[in-house]
Amino acid sequence: MSNSLLENHSIMYAQQMKSRRLWNFSIIIIFIAAFFISSSVINFDLEKIISGIPRLGDYVLRILPNLDSTLLFENSKTEGSLSYWYFNIKKYLLLLYETFNMAVLSTAMGFVFAFILSFLSAKNITPNIFSYYLVKRFLEFLRGVPEIIFAILFVWALGVGPLAGIIAITFHTTGALGKLFSEVHENTDLNACEAIKSNGGNWLSEMRYGIIPKVLPNIISYALLRFEINIRASTVIGFVGAGGIGQELYLVINFNYYEEVSAIILLIILTVITIDIVSGSIRKKVIGEIND
Amino acid sequence: MGSLIIKSLVKEFDNTKALDQLTLEIHDGEMVGIIGKSGAGKSTLLRLINRLIEPTSGSIQYNEIDVSNLKGKKLKNWRSKCAMIFQQFNLIDRLDVLTNVLSGTLGNSFNILKLLKIYSKNEKIDALRHLHNLDLSDKALQRVETLSGGQQQRVAIARAMMQKPKILLADEPISSLDPKNSKVVMDDIRKINKEEGIMAICNLHSLEIAKEYCERIIGLSEGKIVFDGNPSELTKELSEQLYDLENE
Repeated sequence: MSNSLLENHSIMYAQQMKSRRLWNFSIIIIFIAAFFISSSVINFDLEKIISGIPRLGDYVLRILPNLDSTLLFENSKTEGSLSYWYFNIKKYLLLLYETFNMAVLSTAMGFVFAFILSFLSAKNITPNIFSYYLVKRFLEFLRGVPEIIFAILFVWALGVGPLAGIIAITFHTTGALGKLFSEVHENTDLNACEAIKSNGGNWLSEMRYGIIPKVLPNIISYALLRFEINIRASTVIGFVGAGGIGQELYLVINFNYYEEVSAIILLIILTVITIDIVSGSIRKKVIGEIND
Repeated sequence: MGSLIIKSLVKEFDNTKALDQLTLEIHDGEMVGIIGKSGAGKSTLLRLINRLIEPTSGSIQYNEIDVSNLKGKKLKNWRSKCAMIFQQFNLIDRLDVLTNVLSGTLGNSFNILKLLKIYSKNEKIDALRHLHNLDLSDKALQRVETLSGGQQQRVAIARAMMQKPKILLADEPISSLDPKNSKVVMDDIRKINKEEGIMAICNLHSLEIAKEYCERIIGLSEGKIVFDGNPSELTKELSEQLYDLENE
């Protein structure tokens, strides 16, 4: 009796495994086919890439500074010294500071908008289904349009400068964080919410006591991650005239001030690394909080 | 003396009847145990009384209040009058015990400051008094998640008491507790029922506990009342029928 049962099971198991393997195999085939189709669509050309690589090296070589190891710490008038390379350091730092502030401001404002809207666009807690769809579509729009498009739009409307960049990144951040936050809400269990509701608490109380304490660590962690992204975004966005170090970088690239290009890029890389490290360690602490 | 009067109450979920023409009267000061298999409609009944869910048809009345037709502020007032405690305690894990207890006032006296966790002195004293009655005053500033299950359920009872309830609805209050903690929690519910005269309605999984604590037992099966009376009247056949799948 039990033997035949076992046999039955092993046959069923073998059949299941077979169909699963077939399934996996067809997925791989589809993936490979899709790869070749899309590379033909975009004219993917390996030869072109290989022949382009030396030119890439050319540019990198060109932007490298002329440093002379014996003159490294001479003043900014001496060719070959560090301060000759970074003769414009004061301006860079000021612009970098501007970029940093653009990221801080737009992350903060985007956070506030996203936080408020996320309660309306989370299916399990939204006060009514109409606002749910409305807000969800609105967030999709904000998220769907790239920052750079918003930036071009606002530079055109408000003129060149960081304000356009701040608004552009705020819009995109609101959309991106709003989606993440509402997903966090949707994955929260509603036990505490139910208790607040059962004692006559209103919707605001339900959110404040039933949801916010539970989701806060996740939300802060997402916001910090977004801040890291926004530092890079606010650099790139300068290219279209939306302020900060990016605008200067675009300028020196266009004027072929080769050494300045490398000076600025190095500064940006250092800033991004520093902020990633700091915010990464803060994020770890915040997430760790959930587990105590 | 007031009473809760339920008349031909029906609740359907996707064409299955969770409650079927339920008629029932419970008086102030009574302690009633509701027993039955899971899916018999016990939890649905309590949720309907609190109006966490809407009845399909039928009526619920308490004294002059037509509970089943309340809306807006009056509905919130009613909810705060019939406090609920839950199997999973439903506390706010990441907040301290005192704030959890104080959140019981959100229904009957809401103001915007409470969203910043600012409560009046009197409310805090009240909360501490309820915690003291339940031997938990020394835990007031601890995070809820650091307490044992039994302690958490008593925090939930303290929160319920902050609502100054007329009715205490307990939905499987001891199902996730060990026997010792179960006894403490049931003793507390009985104490509240006896000393404050608050009507207590408890969904219970265990027939033994129901017999021990409740002077009246209501047996539910497939959304219908199959027994209503004194525990001593409950025959062996009937109790086996009520629990045949659970073997408890």
